[in-house]
Amino acid sequence: MGPEVGTAPKAAASPGADTRSALRRLAGTRETSVIGALVVAVLAASLLVEGFASGRNAGFLILDIATIALIALPMTLIVITGEIDLSVASTLGLTSAVMGQLWVMGLPLETIVPLCVLLGVVLGAVNGLLVTVAGLPSLAVTIGTMAMYRGLAYVVLGDRAVADFPFEWTGGATARLPGTDLPWVVLLIAVLAVVFGVVLHATPVGRSLFAIGSNDEATRFSGISVAWTKLWLFVASGAVAGLAGVFWTLQYGSARADNAFGLELSVVAAVLLGGVSIFGGKGALPGVLAGVLLLGVIRNALSLADVSSDVLSIVTGVLLVVSVVLPTTITRLRERRPRPAPS
Amino acid sequence: MSTTRNPDSTGSPGTAAATGSPAGAAATAPRPRGGGDARAGRRVRQVRELGILLALVLLIAVTTAVNPGFLAAQSVRDLLLGATLLTILAVGQSLVLITRNVDLSVGSVMGLSAFAVGTLFVAFPGLPTPVAALAGVAVGTVCGVVNGVLVAAARVPALVVTLGTLYMFRGIDFWWASGRQINAADMPDGFLGLGRVTLLGVPLPAVVALLVVLAAGWYLRNYRSGRELYAVGSEPQAARLSGIPVDRRVFAPFVVNGALAGLAGVLYAARFGTLDATVGTGMELEVVAAAVVGGVAIFGGSGTVYGAALGALLLSTIDAALPMLRVDSFWQQAVVGLLILVSIGLDRLLAVRTARRLRGGGSRGA
Amino acid sequence: MDHHPPSAPPLLSLVGVGKSFGTVRALQDVSLELRAGEIHALCGENGAGKSTLVKTIAGVHRPDTGHVEVDGARTEFAAPADAQRAGVAVIYQEPTLFPDLSVAENIFMGRQPLRTGRRIDRPAMRRATEALFERLGVRIDPDRPARGLSIADQQLVEIAKAMSFDARVLVMDEPTAALSGVEVERLFAVARSLRDAGAAVLFISHRFDEVFALCDRITVMRDGRYISTDPAADLTVAAVVRRMVGRDVATLFPKQEVEPGETVLEVEGLTRAGVFADVSFTVRAGEIVALAGLVGAGRSEVVRAVFGIDRYDSGRVRVGGRALPQGRPAAAMAAGVALVPEDRRQQGLVMELSIERNATLTRRWPLSRMGLLRRRDEERATAVWAERLRLKAGRFTDAVSTLSGGNQQKVVLAKWLATEPRLLIVDEPTRGIDVGTKAEVHRLLSELAGQGIAVLMVSSELPEVLGMADRVLVMHEGRVSAELDRAQADEESVMYAATGQKGRAA
Repeated sequence: MGPEVGTAPKAAASPGADTRSALRRLAGTRETSVIGALVVAVLAASLLVEGFASGRNAGFLILDIATIALIALPMTLIVITGEIDLSVASTLGLTSAVMGQLWVMGLPLETIVPLCVLLGVVLGAVNGLLVTVAGLPSLAVTIGTMAMYRGLAYVVLGDRAVADFPFEWTGGATARLPGTDLPWVVLLIAVLAVVFGVVLHATPVGRSLFAIGSNDEATRFSGISVAWTKLWLFVASGAVAGLAGVFWTLQYGSARADNAFGLELSVVAAVLLGGVSIFGGKGALPGVLAGVLLLGVIRNALSLADVSSDVLSIVTGVLLVVSVVLPTTITRLRERRPRPAPS
Repeated sequence: MSTTRNPDSTGSPGTAAATGSPAGAAATAPRPRGGGDARAGRRVRQVRELGILLALVLLIAVTTAVNPGFLAAQSVRDLLLGATLLTILAVGQSLVLITRNVDLSVGSVMGLSAFAVGTLFVAFPGLPTPVAALAGVAVGTVCGVVNGVLVAAARVPALVVTLGTLYMFRGIDFWWASGRQINAADMPDGFLGLGRVTLLGVPLPAVVALLVVLAAGWYLRNYRSGRELYAVGSEPQAARLSGIPVDRRVFAPFVVNGALAGLAGVLYAARFGTLDATVGTGMELEVVAAAVVGGVAIFGGSGTVYGAALGALLLSTIDAALPMLRVDSFWQQAVVGLLILVSIGLDRLLAVRTARRLRGGGSRGA
Repeated sequence: MDHHPPSAPPLLSLVGVGKSFGTVRALQDVSLELRAGEIHALCGENGAGKSTLVKTIAGVHRPDTGHVEVDGARTEFAAPADAQRAGVAVIYQEPTLFPDLSVAENIFMGRQPLRTGRRIDRPAMRRATEALFERLGVRIDPDRPARGLSIADQQLVEIAKAMSFDARVLVMDEPTAALSGVEVERLFAVARSLRDAGAAVLFISHRFDEVFALCDRITVMRDGRYISTDPAADLTVAAVVRRMVGRDVATLFPKQEVEPGETVLEVEGLTRAGVFADVSFTVRAGEIVALAGLVGAGRSEVVRAVFGIDRYDSGRVRVGGRALPQGRPAAAMAAGVALVPEDRRQQGLVMELSIERNATLTRRWPLSRMGLLRRRDEERATAVWAERLRLKAGRFTDAVSTLSGGNQQKVVLAKWLATEPRLLIVDEPTRGIDVGTKAEVHRLLSELAGQGIAVLMVSSELPEVLGMADRVLVMHEGRVSAELDRAQADEESVMYAATGQKGRAA
């Protein structure tokens, strides 16, 4: 222990400051490397793939990733608290099925849409209550509700498809912003991304999310209600999944029980690719958005280049594994390097 | 001069003696403690499996009462064949889950193995069945090794790794198949007839599944390395301190699970005969569900393969029974989901009650 | 007994061992010889590096400098398994059991008795377990799961596990902390018989009566350094304490005299089945009240219930005359209660978060403007308290885990003092921190009491209790067994109350 240096936060007076800042830089690369990869992918695709760098194509790309982007926002917050919600795609499917059924029953869409979002809220609350009040692991709970919600979707709509939604709604879903090639949903994503991003990174609530994910016991000892916070996250996740269900149904003009089947794993993959730790406590929303976009750009570029879309699976998998293996391995190699002998 | 307070590793507040109970007042007299608790602990595990068995019997009884055709030889055989794949996969998954890991790539591995077997038969029409089967298992084993290396050596969380390899193996499958489909006509009759071969009236694949369950159960119960899988899943830190080779104990279940997924792929190919790159899609979560319903804890350390096998059998039976009960088959998935929630809820309830009993009971005999 | 002929090399020795964690130097140039047929005590304050030393012997930590010798030959323990193979058995301070497995399996994990076909012989394992418990004179069902065992029973299972090794070197890191007098005596009998059979025993304890009753030689450590090794017969308690602390004990605890004010905390008949029962006491403004007692007496559980972390079955908690609702830490905070918990790493801090995030975790809302929390405000708020508590830190954005134990504790104190509490509860406030910081913490607590804050202190360190407290409440097996004022409280009266009627044979 050296002599007291008082408090000089910027002075970096302590002997370990150098290694620490190096570690910090390394930690910083988790998000920045995803963003870097996105920039490289966009540049490469623009140069190599004909038709990629056009406004029209950008519009298609965004429509393609819109649902994943929406659901990934609350998912990011949930994974940062150390939980997971695998039921999102089934929530979407059930919302879609209910939307179709209500339409068949003759309700106006102006009524149906809010009801569907409300349904999402209820489904999310069920997850949240099972996790917080009953104290069950969210991984198991949401595997259960994933099956149950999807099952209920089949119960509601069977294997029928409801596709006679009015054109002003279905066309509206994919309509472009005036004067651009971008669909209006980009606005919705942007607004929600700002909301979730600000909550996560610049509010008292966001601070508690990171704390919960790192150590929920210490967080409880700090007077923060961990259960209450998690409950609201699951509700938010359900609400956004419900909204995404409405959007998906209108975008493809078809309400079906199997809509977005398997999408939950794509969302989780995008979130993890974006640098969020599966153990919670670490992650940033810009990284996740970059992760979602990166997957979208690769898929879009591959299909434009007429590469079979099958390769996409391999690319997704490799990216996901590499994005986690690489930093872990680098950290471990650094730790293994012998420390200079203490003087 | 200080005594250090040990954090209670079980999370439940423990005290030197239960002063609230009358036993605490009489702590001077030695008395056997924990006798009842031990039985309670053991009983919880047995009750868990008996519960599923009971549910299974009840379901079969009700279904048979409504529709006696349910117990006809042919439909029982179909049921067993149907349960075979899920059972084998659930056994492998349980081994992984017990060590506090998970393998989401099993559906993709099974698909890849099935397609590999089909492709082999297309390339070498005269291939003996055992060789093809071994090749399928080998493909699965290789996939398992990939998962195991990434989890155990690179120390990456299993959920992330196997989500990644789920896509990778599926992608390889797609890329290999490139839209092709392999049909029953491409495979020898001897291979396709595997499901019709019976031993004492039981279809051969079901016998294989039964052997897998018994072997895994036997191993987990009777061998040191088997017990160490539980130790690793129960408390990884303590396992390291006890000198257990944790990395190897994490690695091996992934390999075995891969091999079993490969075996499941072979049996799939033999049973359905029509193979494309989508075989086994979405299977992973059903497999995890079967294990969880069977009482295997999703965060490791407890559960048996017998439970997991019963869970798989129960899920398959629900599948088969609903149409017999004239319940709209659309209900099937909702019922499965509810069953998962009820199972983990019951597990939690039993754990809480056992903890309360242990806290309230037993004083120290000294 | 003390001096074996030096012809045979020591069974195990550490030679010039050093070990650092980040910026914290846990061990520096420590040497230690464990000879066949001796019981060797290791004394030192919390944070002196004893546990790190134990983990080095156990093969958990590899030394940065120096090395380990077995039978005089240089050896490298790359993993715990290597140490086990060399005949080293360790009873850790914190039990390391597998909650899902049976007691017998916990004891024999990896070494289960086998029968034909390398199968585990369960009946034999059960019998062996029963035999071990017989030697220890305790009754625990070998087949029950380890989950739910009391801390003392967990410790007994650990001891049985170490005994089952037939170890050449047995290390016991505070094994008696949670045990009753009879159990301690049996443990000592086991240790002596191991010694007489030619094994070396390393015994770590904070209870000097035990150290002097049991041990042949005593090694003292301080601040990660080796201080001395002498035959126990040549030492006195006072001499050992002086070496451990590096100065006289009396100067350590500067408690100001304060006239207590109005009652701040009233606890009435607080009961939680099986944990604590009928606990009643008050704390007044300006007063320091200590909760003393043995590990597992229920002290931490009581303060956790007061703060709202744990629930209780009956009883009442009032702060400033108003009842506190159950199970709501936020309500307790609003009423002016702060709790510095016993386990700094698990409960006090979020180790991965930065210093400033930790220091402001309790004040996120007051520090935010229009719902937004800015880093600059967090930094400024942290700087104020860092200054007042003389926190030694690099950048406030560094993870709090990079700080030394003492500075970590200052962050916890900053986090709670910043809420301007009227009742400050501190649970083992100086555990695992260096001597200098310890004195600072004591001065701080005394100053706070002087400013009229009510202080409730849980502490297992008797000098701390006796030096700081205006009143001492002693708990035994979940009940308050004595209330002593400053004049009445001495080592004897507190220990007597803490061990209940039976007393401790020493």
